[in-house]
Amino acid sequence: MGLRSAFQFLSGNPARRFASVSILLAIVASVAPTRDLFSEWRHYQRSYRRLIVQRPDAARLQRRFQSGIQQIWIPEQNVVDRCTTCHVALQENVLADQRTQPFRPHPPMPHALNEFGCVICHHGQGAATNVSEAHFSTKAWEQPILPARYLEASCGQCHMEPLKGTPQLNLGRRLLARFGCAHCHAITQADGSLIVPVDEPPSLDHIAEKTTREWLFAWIKNPQAYGVFSTMPNFRFSDQEAADIANFLISQSTTSENSKVPLASMPLPSAEQAAVDGAGLYGQLFCASCHATQNSKGILMGGDLAPELTRVGNKVNPDWLRRWLRAPQGYDSKTRMPRYRYDDKQLALLTAYLLTKKDDDFLANVHLAPSNAESVARGKKLTSDYGCAACHRINGIPPPEGFAPDLSRIGSKPLFQVGFLRDMPETLPDYIFRKIRDPRAFGPALKMPRFTLADNQVEALTTALLAQTDRAVSMPPELVRSIPHAKYHPGGDAGRLMEDLRCQSCHTINGNGGDMAPDLSREGSAVQRAWLLDFMRNPDTLRPALIRRMPKFNLSDEEIRGLSDYMLTAYQAPGFDSSALDVQALNPAAAARGKTLFYSKFACQSCHIADYKNDKGYVGPALADVGSRLTPVWIYRWLQNPDALVPGTPMPSARMTSDEARDLTAFLVTLKNRKKEGAK
Amino acid sequence: MKKRFLFVLPCFLLGLGSCGKPAAVAPQLTPKAFGTQIVEQSGGKQVAGVGARLNDPVVLQVNGTDGNGVPRALVTFRGDGLNLNPPQALTDDSGQASVVVQLGAIPGIYQVVAETPKPGGGGTARVTLRQIALGYQEKVGKEISDKYCVMCHDPESTPERVSNFDNLAPPPHLFSDGNILNAISDVDLVKIIADGGPALGKSPQTPAYGNTLKPAEIKAVIAYMRAIADPPYSAQAAK
Repeated sequence: MGLRSAFQFLSGNPARRFASVSILLAIVASVAPTRDLFSEWRHYQRSYRRLIVQRPDAARLQRRFQSGIQQIWIPEQNVVDRCTTCHVALQENVLADQRTQPFRPHPPMPHALNEFGCVICHHGQGAATNVSEAHFSTKAWEQPILPARYLEASCGQCHMEPLKGTPQLNLGRRLLARFGCAHCHAITQADGSLIVPVDEPPSLDHIAEKTTREWLFAWIKNPQAYGVFSTMPNFRFSDQEAADIANFLISQSTTSENSKVPLASMPLPSAEQAAVDGAGLYGQLFCASCHATQNSKGILMGGDLAPELTRVGNKVNPDWLRRWLRAPQGYDSKTRMPRYRYDDKQLALLTAYLLTKKDDDFLANVHLAPSNAESVARGKKLTSDYGCAACHRINGIPPPEGFAPDLSRIGSKPLFQVGFLRDMPETLPDYIFRKIRDPRAFGPALKMPRFTLADNQVEALTTALLAQTDRAVSMPPELVRSIPHAKYHPGGDAGRLMEDLRCQSCHTINGNGGDMAPDLSREGSAVQRAWLLDFMRNPDTLRPALIRRMPKFNLSDEEIRGLSDYMLTAYQAPGFDSSALDVQALNPAAAARGKTLFYSKFACQSCHIADYKNDKGYVGPALADVGSRLTPVWIYRWLQNPDALVPGTPMPSARMTSDEARDLTAFLVTLKNRKKEGAK
Repeated sequence: MKKRFLFVLPCFLLGLGSCGKPAAVAPQLTPKAFGTQIVEQSGGKQVAGVGARLNDPVVLQVNGTDGNGVPRALVTFRGDGLNLNPPQALTDDSGQASVVVQLGAIPGIYQVVAETPKPGGGGTARVTLRQIALGYQEKVGKEISDKYCVMCHDPESTPERVSNFDNLAPPPHLFSDGNILNAISDVDLVKIIADGGPALGKSPQTPAYGNTLKPAEIKAVIAYMRAIADPPYSAQAAK
């Protein structure tokens, strides 16, 4: 009743009606801004004030606190980050005891806060001012906060070089190359360089010479059953498909250069003799530097540069093996295996020994129907469909172009293009992780196979791929740190010899090569000719603790002289002035002073052995014969600044004067005690 | 009519509110047996990057009064900032239960607390394990430590490097040896690393790395030592 009369009173005449509508509007208009008073960021700023007011350093913290919406604005990088509106204490290290966000100070980081802002590293929506829009996916914004375990991916947007603080990213990039991801997927990095695979799968051009249909079948069915750490993935082919592919691969095989070489008439020694004498030879030749075998307990012993040899006797044809050991490049011109100069006796013994490495059960249950034309045709289609030629050279099947999706921008893949599985969180990192870990879960017909990877390796790969973002491509070029891709190969006769010996499988020279053995780029300045000649004849490790050693190549004297002289001339340190040291000053008095410095002031014996009787240091190379090995100038320069001669060496640059360096050099050049064979 | 509407509306709103989040309550496990003690088998004191899933699971054993494992006892796991999977488990035949731990996003120490109810409602037995999350700076420190320091400061050998620890007298300190290193101030540690042992009157076996490492890298090594210190390092206590 009362309500109705009040309404009639207010709308009774136009003036009153106008007044009442105006007042109503005024109320509505004044309420709207007060909504802002209850916004999340004001709540956090109020909480922060309450937090700091109780602290002893409240005055200082209050002075540094700025209320209202804060933002980091970097137009060149398209950054508008308002995260600091709530994360108000990012630079207040005194609040390190805070365990909850948003008031934690930022832990130490390589860049200043104002240099790159927040979202370049952490993702999320920088311009948002409430928690859910800033951190989580919304319909308008796809990039939620990057989980901490993938955070290193953000460094990889600008940094192509391995950083000290990003072990997971570095591992991921190594795995992208090591597992041959880049054979099928093109991955262009922010500096424009492509990820280059380093796994070098073997050519299958002449496969029938090397192995049997049965072994191929078993290998294709399950590569890891043959070699525990084989990088070839299991494609989960059916028995019929694996047999078809084996039949095709045998049928396409042609004859190699090697097969035209007559075998030496020397018969292979018996298995018993091979097992005893061959094991010794295998050890002497340091095959285990690159190849691993399982010991009786099933533990792999040896390097991972080359295939595991535990069951090689199940795989290879004896004649092929003997020819391969004699000249690997005659079978596969791109192999990393050196051509050792073994004599016929060594070849026979080593062949017989390797043939004893077999597992009688391995092929016991493989019984294949005879090959026929239909099977070969089916095998050819499968080989082509599954992109086998992206990795292996196969007659009649050219390497497919663009076989798998380009991953150059996978880190910014729009989520609407992603088909998620039902049981997974709908985020890009989760998708990439699951797709690598079990690709066929996304569809049984997918060609991508499941690789043998541990979860931490999958996480590392995911990290490396998450670095491939749109933002990385649009970074100002001066911010992108690329690494030089050196293609150095030595030239001339010595170069041909070094190719033959595959020196760069283990040694890096001028930026190109492996990392198992020392960098040789400055070897010419470092060593003495007589020592080098001797070392080539009989490589003896310099570091007593190392298990991997340089193998003996059995080079001729002429080859040794040619190779040594080439290295001494070509591999010089730049600006290396051999007149820098007055050799006259290296006298006995200086040597005596140097000896005291060596054992007392610098305690070099902690890491090096100058005298096998008393010193035990196992970190650096033994120095007992250093007077015959290194040039005096190298020693003198090295002592003062080892990093300048071999960047990244673990040897610290001791703070020594040039006089101290001279005296130590005088002492070291007197050390000429060749370690005797068999001595400790 | 109006009255009925007034009644239906709040009911509807109430229903709407409660269906917003389907409560994800894990099925409660029922213990079939009880132990009196819970002990660590393996997986404590692991070191990994922030947010990482630890390589090894944490394995615990529930023991009875006779000191033997109790199968089918209930173990619940919790830990601030940690993601623990599963949150609870029954022990297996040997009395053991394990949990996969994912670290939080903040560098520092995390505690995994595992509890098992004692028989007859006699409270719970509890064990706490420490896990360590490395942030950017500590990761840099670890990398440097692995390259320049561990060959002497870690007695363990690996196929890639043989430990030099046993060849040195006086023996080097492990970087995790909080009993010794927590008492040395950052300033003194910087001196030893940059200028060598003699800078503090210690053995010259520790060479000077001041020309090799940048000041920020030395700081990173110290941050790493502090992070893995056992017993844990606290800046206040050191002062």
